[in-house]
Amino acid sequence: MTHAATAHHTSMGLDSRKMAFWAFIGSECLLFGSLISTYLIYKGKSVVGPYPHEILNIPFTSVSTFDLLMSSLMMVLALAAVQRGDMKWGKIWLFSTALLGLIFLGGQVIEFTEFVHKGLTLQTNLFGCTFFVLTGTHGAHVAVGVLWLLTLWVRALQGKLGPGNATTVEITGLYWHFVDVVWIVIFTVVYLIQ
Amino acid sequence: MKSWLTTTDHKRIGLLYFWTAFGFFLIGGIEALVIRAQLAQPNGHLVSAETYNQLFTMHGTTMVFLALMPLSASFFNYIIPLQIGARDVAFPRLNAFSYWVFLCGGLFLNASWVTGPLFHAGILNVAPDAGWFGYANLTERQFSPGPNIDFWLLGLQILGISSLAAGFNFIVTILNLRAPGMKMMRLPTFTWMALITQFLIITAFPVITVALVFLMFDRFFGTHFYVHEAGATPLLWQHLFWLFGHPEVYILILPAMGIVSEVLPTFSRKPLFGYPVVVYSGILIGFMGWGVWSHHMFAVGLGPIADSVFAATTMLIAVPTGVKIFNWIATLWGGAIRGTTALHFAVGFIAMFIIGGLSGVTHASPPADLQQTDTYYVVAHIHYVLFGGTIMGLFAGIYYWWPKMTGRLLSEALGKWHFWLQFVGMNLAFFPMHFIGLLGMPRRIYTYGPELGVSDLNLVSTVGAFLIGLAILVFLFNMWWTSRRGRPASNDPWGGATLEWSIPSPPPVYNFSVIPTVAGRLPRWRTERHEPIQDPPAVPPAPIHVPGGSWWPLVAALGLPVMALAALTQTMWVVFVGVALLLFGIYRWAFEPFEV
Repeated sequence: MTHAATAHHTSMGLDSRKMAFWAFIGSECLLFGSLISTYLIYKGKSVVGPYPHEILNIPFTSVSTFDLLMSSLMMVLALAAVQRGDMKWGKIWLFSTALLGLIFLGGQVIEFTEFVHKGLTLQTNLFGCTFFVLTGTHGAHVAVGVLWLLTLWVRALQGKLGPGNATTVEITGLYWHFVDVVWIVIFTVVYLIQ
Repeated sequence: MKSWLTTTDHKRIGLLYFWTAFGFFLIGGIEALVIRAQLAQPNGHLVSAETYNQLFTMHGTTMVFLALMPLSASFFNYIIPLQIGARDVAFPRLNAFSYWVFLCGGLFLNASWVTGPLFHAGILNVAPDAGWFGYANLTERQFSPGPNIDFWLLGLQILGISSLAAGFNFIVTILNLRAPGMKMMRLPTFTWMALITQFLIITAFPVITVALVFLMFDRFFGTHFYVHEAGATPLLWQHLFWLFGHPEVYILILPAMGIVSEVLPTFSRKPLFGYPVVVYSGILIGFMGWGVWSHHMFAVGLGPIADSVFAATTMLIAVPTGVKIFNWIATLWGGAIRGTTALHFAVGFIAMFIIGGLSGVTHASPPADLQQTDTYYVVAHIHYVLFGGTIMGLFAGIYYWWPKMTGRLLSEALGKWHFWLQFVGMNLAFFPMHFIGLLGMPRRIYTYGPELGVSDLNLVSTVGAFLIGLAILVFLFNMWWTSRRGRPASNDPWGGATLEWSIPSPPPVYNFSVIPTVAGRLPRWRTERHEPIQDPPAVPPAPIHVPGGSWWPLVAALGLPVMALAALTQTMWVVFVGVALLLFGIYRWAFEPFEV
């Protein structure tokens, strides 16, 4: 593994990839900010039903929210394990993070299917448009994260991921926690404050 | 050939950006000339109304996204690493990716001119035709059924990815790859303005991406984001677009301001007057640029409160811009001025940008703006700031850095011809538009009647436009001629203060044989406080690692137009080809051995 374990000297003392990711997260805030603002602007503007209070299943989504929060915990444990070179637990926690991400996505599939059966599609009304595009974009971010985590897990299985790659895992974590935080905002704005 | 396709060298990518963007600049210019030929006399019939709509839409879109932004990007690429004393950008392969995505997006947009037959329409029938800011709900499928708007919204999304990737890259490069001693307040002004521009790019582009995604869903999947009947408001598009669009104005002008802030000190042999104030004004413009977007929307009737607030913020943002103008004039004051072509363009920039700024202040007042909205007065304003401002500034940069980038000096005699033709041409072309607009000629209408009384003014404007065309021909000849007969450039043909002039022209692949240590803001000039630094030795004292090339940025970039093609032709399986190509490229990229 000749990988760049030796950190390059940088002017700010922060790893360049990590800095780029912070900039990326800043940019993503504007992306989700625009989506959430649109949801709020169009709240209550639908001219036909179904309306949010008729369809949103708070207990069910609370479980997926808890699941996603737990995945962030797994991510923290994964990074800690990789940093101390404990690759056995590193693999377990990485896989658990991805698995909880997958469960969240599964929950979203179930939720979307149920909504469609109850008559809410992308085309039904403004609630449908804004809800599916907002949560769908978030879901796509989770899917990318799961793919990323599984890639790291496979690399770990191949023995190609070690403490030298801790920064890579840390950046994955930055992304994962960010996606998690965005969900907390969405859960609050869309589900809890109706 | 292979070495250019796989290159990760910021200098080569800079040149690729330059030639591609200049090609698009010529295409956009030809579109403008056809528009002006159509408007040369009343009741013109050179092109049909439909073709005219495509011409002005593509002219605006091309100039903003395919010419001005990437011409600035060409200088970011070539010059920033040299100015901060770095060997490359922070992520060389991401940089190559940005370029290839830009190329794909530009070709995709322009393919709309010739691919009509694929959509059972004629050539010149399916190019975007709803204006460069594509207002909803004209852009909905109901009102624009053809593929025209699809080309536009997909092309812009591709280009957005290119700009975002470059934005992250340059932010990290400027913050993290500075040579020892190159503190933030010692950064050359161009690099500073570039840094602010990148922050604007990474924050503004997500907003237009969301606006375009909504439009895409409306057109392809039947959502109602901009459909009035469903309870939505088409104003959402205007807010999202201008929330992006006004920072975009500063994305276009700040790099040119940076260039001028390099050219003026060099040719008046004086440090930039009030460097920190210029930097802070730039930062202030970056922040305030986010608070003025609704001045594009006074005519929609947002109410007296909103109008007053945005009028006030708009007048306020003129202050940091005015501060810069005084700094530039004070830089020239009492300097040992050398009237090079680059300086001509820089001074031309100041003069023209003042006119554009003043007409901008008149828009800031809602009652006046109501008279000006959608008339040629606005067209005059945008061309004074973007042509008189950005293009003049970019040409100052071209004449200034050309020797560094090519190793040859451009002809100063031809350069002066170029400048004066362009300067006279642009004033003939754009100044009458103020009157044409105030006399009541609306923009974006393909013809006008003689009774409007603007026929002579329009003819003058057309003559001016063709003079600009002539000026560009002189410049093309200058480039061609000097590439064969031009005088070879020394390391430092102008006596510049910044680090790029301390190394050969064009620089070796590793840029600096030894990374310099910087002790002041003008490292190569003798000042009261310090001696000029030693130029790095011609031969590197130790072997230097240079990253090799990579195919994968190109492969990954190709995935994006394939996905866009899938949407355009509404063929599902093509999406998977595009995604596969993108993922394959990214995975090979991530796991290939590549050491920066």
